[in-house]
Amino acid sequence: MFAVEVQNLAKRFGDFLAVDHLNFNVQNGEIFGLLGPNGAGKSTLIRMLTTLVPPTEGTGRINGFDIVTQPNQVRQCIGVIPQAMTSDLDLSATENLSIFAKLYGIGREKRKATIAALLKAVDLEQWADKPVKMFSGGMRRRLEIARGLVHEPKLFFLDEPTTGLDPVSRVAVWEMLAKLKQQRDLTILVTTHYMDEADKLCDRIAIIDHGKMMALDSPLKLKASIPGKNILEAGFSRVPPGWEAVVRALPDVAEVKAVDSVFRVSSNNGPRTMAALLEAARAADIALTSLSLQSTTLDDVFAHYTGHQLRDTLNESAGYSSEFMYKSKNG
Amino acid sequence: MNRILAIVERDLRRFWRSPTLIIVSMVMPLVQLVVLGYAFGGKVKHLEVGILDQDRGMPAIKVREMAQAVAVNAQTFNSVYYNDQAAALRDLKDGKISGLLNIPPEFSRKVLAGTSPKIALVEDNTDQFAASALEGSLNQLLGTYNQPPQPARLGAGVTLSVVEVYPYVPYIQYLLPGTIVLAIFVSAMIGGGIIYIDDKARGLHEGYLVTPIRKLELILGFNLAGAAKAILTGLVLITMGSIIAGIPDPLNPVRFLRMLALVVVTSLALISLMFLLMVRVSDPLVPRAIFGVLNTVLFFPSGAVYPIQAFPAWMKVITTVDPFTYAVHGFKQLILKNTGLMAISGDLAYLALFTLVSITAATLLFRRTL
Repeated sequence: MFAVEVQNLAKRFGDFLAVDHLNFNVQNGEIFGLLGPNGAGKSTLIRMLTTLVPPTEGTGRINGFDIVTQPNQVRQCIGVIPQAMTSDLDLSATENLSIFAKLYGIGREKRKATIAALLKAVDLEQWADKPVKMFSGGMRRRLEIARGLVHEPKLFFLDEPTTGLDPVSRVAVWEMLAKLKQQRDLTILVTTHYMDEADKLCDRIAIIDHGKMMALDSPLKLKASIPGKNILEAGFSRVPPGWEAVVRALPDVAEVKAVDSVFRVSSNNGPRTMAALLEAARAADIALTSLSLQSTTLDDVFAHYTGHQLRDTLNESAGYSSEFMYKSKNG
Repeated sequence: MNRILAIVERDLRRFWRSPTLIIVSMVMPLVQLVVLGYAFGGKVKHLEVGILDQDRGMPAIKVREMAQAVAVNAQTFNSVYYNDQAAALRDLKDGKISGLLNIPPEFSRKVLAGTSPKIALVEDNTDQFAASALEGSLNQLLGTYNQPPQPARLGAGVTLSVVEVYPYVPYIQYLLPGTIVLAIFVSAMIGGGIIYIDDKARGLHEGYLVTPIRKLELILGFNLAGAAKAILTGLVLITMGSIIAGIPDPLNPVRFLRMLALVVVTSLALISLMFLLMVRVSDPLVPRAIFGVLNTVLFFPSGAVYPIQAFPAWMKVITTVDPFTYAVHGFKQLILKNTGLMAISGDLAYLALFTLVSITAATLLFRRTL
C-alpha cells in the first residue's frame, strides 16, 4: 500500500483548471517534494489531499483511506503545516500544542508526555512557557512542525515550510524534518521554492506547472535526464547573424538557448566547450561580457521542464506581507 | 465535547491576554452609559430669551416680573430686555437668543377690558427640545398669571392626580438596559464577527479543518467561545452599570442571578445571529463594513432609547423580530421594576428560540471545506 495514491485527480475553479488530472504515488517513508511556481497548483493539490478542498474529478487515497468518502480517517493519520504561520501569538508554545492535542482527543497523561517530547525534538523546550510572539520565524515554524505531530501522524504535509525564513533557519527546519523522519517513521510530502533544499532532502521530486505533472523522479535522475552535464552562461558584446549556429556547432554542445545577447549552453563537457567558445569569440572579434560554468542543478531541470526560471516567480511570491493575502484559491 | 472545549479554551486564553479587547468590550460601554445618560437626561436650563415690552403698563410689568422669577428659580431661561424690535429679531436670527417674548402695545388695555389679550413668542424652532422646553415654561407662567387671586370655593375643573408606581427613574437608569444589551452585542460583533473572520483569513480555521473535528462540534465551539466572552462583558455591565447608574441596592443577589440568566440567553442569541451572518463570509472587510449599520438597525428599533409606540409601522416590524427588543424589555423589567423571571419568560423563550433557529440555519450553511 502506498502512503499517497493519486489517480486522475483534478480541481477546477470556474474556468480555471488548477490541478489537471494528476497521477502519482508516494511510498511509505519517502520525502516527496512538489516543485512549481506560484499558481502551479501545488497548494490546491495539498488542500485536496488534506480534505480541505473537494476534488472536481479523480480519486486520492491516504494510507488507503479515500479523501472524499473517508475524510475523518484521513484527518486522523495526517499532520498538516499550512503555508501561513497560524500559531496563537499570545499563547505559550505549550499552550499552542496542548490545544491541538485536545482537538485530536489525546488524554491528559499522554498529552503532557507528548508535548514535552515534541518540544525537545524541535529544540524549543527552554522556551516552552514563553509567548509565541517572542519567537523568531524559524522558532515559530519549528513549533508548528511540533503541532502537526501531536497526534503521531503517519504522513506529514508541509506547504512551503521554509518560505520567508532566513538561510540559517531554513537549514535548521530541514535538519529537524530529516531527524523527525528518522525517529518517527514518517512519510513527508513537502512543497518548496528552494531547489537546493529539494535537491538535498527529497527522495523524489515532482515538477508541477499549470496543474500538470512535468516530471517525476529522484533529484539525481532528474538532473541526468536533461541534456548536458554542465551549463555555460555567456554574455556577448554583440550578436552577429548566424552566431547561434556557430555556438551550436561547438564541440559537445547539447542545447543552446539565447535570450538577447546572453546564451545558455548545455554541454556534455563543459571545459572543452568553454575553450572552444572563447576561441570562436576571439576569431569573430566578439568580446565576452560575462561567462560562467556550472554543474546541472535542479534549477536547470526546472527551467528545462517548465520553460521558465523559477527565480522569476520567486520575486512575486516575496510580496505576500499582508497576512490576509495568502489565501488565493488557486495558490 | 472535549474538542468543543478546546476551541473555547483557545479563544478565552487569547481574550485574557489582549487587554485592548477587554477594554473595548467592557469599559467602553460604561463610558457610553455615563456620557449618554447625562447628555440626554438633564433638564433644559439657561436659554436666553429676549423680552420686548411695547406696552409698559402694569399687567406687562407683572409678566416681566414673573419671567424674572423663572430666571432666578427654575433657571429654564434668562431674560434679556430689548427696546428695539429690529435688534431683538436680528439677535434671534443670529442665535444669540432662543426666543423672543413680545408684549404688544395695547396689552394692558386689552387685559383690563377683558378682550382676549395676547403675548407673542417668536421662537427658534431649529432645536425642538429647547423650543418645547421654553413653550412649556412660558405656558406654565401664563397659567399662573391667569389664576384669579381668590380661587373659587368649589373647583369645577377636572384635575389629574398622578400616582407613580416606581421611584423616579433618571434617564441614565432608563438607558442601562439598552447599554447592557449593546455591550453584549459589541462583544459579539468583535468576538464572534471580526475575530472569527480574521482567524478564518489568517488560516487558523485551516488548522481546525484538518483535524477530525465534526462540523457541529466546530460550530458549537465557535458559538460557545463567542458567547463566553459576551457573557463576561454582560457580567461587568450588570454589576458596574447598576452601581454607576445608581440603581437602588445594585448588588442584590437574587436580581443578579435573574439578570445572569438573561445575560446568558442574550449572549447566545446575539452570537448566533452574528455567526449566521458571517458563516459564508471570508473577506475581513465585510464585518467592519456592516457593523456600524447593523448596530443602528438593531439597537434603535428595540425601544432602548425611545418608546416603541412612537415608531412608524415598518420599524415596528424590525422591533418585533429584533432580539434586542426582547433583551432590552427583559432587562427593563428586572432592573427598573425588580420583577421575577415569570415576568420575562416570554423574552427568555424568544431569545432561546432565536438562538436555536440561527444555529440551525448556520449549520446548514456552514461548509467544512475552504
